[in-house]
Amino acid sequence: MPSPLRAAFLRGLAASLPFVLVIGPFGTLFGVVATGAGMTVLETMGFSVVVIAGAAQFAAVQLMQDGAPLVVVIFTAAAVNLRMAMYSASLAPHLGLAKLWQRALISYLLVDQSYVAAITEFTRNPDRPVAEKVAYFFGTVSLVVPLWYLSTWGGAAFGKAIPPDLALDFAVPIAFLAMIAPVLRTPAHYAAALVSVGGTLALWWMPYSSGLLVASAAAMVVGALVETLWEKRA
Amino acid sequence: MSPDQLPEIIAVKWKLWTLIVALGALTFALRFSFLGVIGARPLPPMVLRLLRYTPMAVIPGLVAPAVLWPAATGGETDPVRLAAAVMTVLAGVITRNTLASIGAGVAVLFGLPLLLG
Repeated sequence: MPSPLRAAFLRGLAASLPFVLVIGPFGTLFGVVATGAGMTVLETMGFSVVVIAGAAQFAAVQLMQDGAPLVVVIFTAAAVNLRMAMYSASLAPHLGLAKLWQRALISYLLVDQSYVAAITEFTRNPDRPVAEKVAYFFGTVSLVVPLWYLSTWGGAAFGKAIPPDLALDFAVPIAFLAMIAPVLRTPAHYAAALVSVGGTLALWWMPYSSGLLVASAAAMVVGALVETLWEKRA
Repeated sequence: MSPDQLPEIIAVKWKLWTLIVALGALTFALRFSFLGVIGARPLPPMVLRLLRYTPMAVIPGLVAPAVLWPAATGGETDPVRLAAAVMTVLAGVITRNTLASIGAGVAVLFGLPLLLG
């Protein structure tokens, strides 16, 4: 690899280091929870390799345990990933001219951590050549994604050693709340979260957990509206 | 867990693999949506704004019933689980740190029953 590319790759790698601390425990937890719910190690790995999106994977497990039907599980878990379209749109001006296979691989590897690291760098240095930006992106994922696979496998393979009387059913809600709470910052965040909770509880009578989808759509609109109003006021 | 207690989608293998493949394909489609098309027109700001709120719109609602009416207690509200959820959120908001947030929640989940005997 020519040295400017290697340097960009290494800078991406360094930027991803703080995320390594978070990914390991989350992957392990997914492995433990998925096998605890009755999946085999292969099926658990299927989720982490084919989907690589922690929040959507946990959502799928929760909904399966709630007894939601297949179609509802697929679409609700995919709805958790709608933000990926926003990531894709915001990276396109920087990476849109890369080769098709590179863009396909980048898309597969586009996770929260690689997006945050990459967009921070591209916003700071918008004029670097596309090849360097691509190298930087691949740097941000080359530790985080293998660690995601490995920690999932570790949790799945060794999770059976955990005593069954521990309240493991509650690991998923705690993991979700711990993803959301640190980023609860603005009034718009609080408004979206409140509508999401209130709406889902009020619509719990709707069949097949479908109230969650309705409440989520309402919460998205409320979040965006509150942000717009807040900006106008400021 | 015995097989007859498994959630239906996990017990029926074709359903589980359909879920994995379909969720993977939809997620890839979302990630490839704009990167895949050269010269894609940027999304209107309002649409970007809506998409940005999806985690905050979906996840709290997904968790709320499991916090208030856990399946493991037959749907009875459990003070320990409720306290653990509240601590997780408080610790997350105060420390802005996911691992600290998990640590606080787990400490209450497993510590409170010991304290209460």
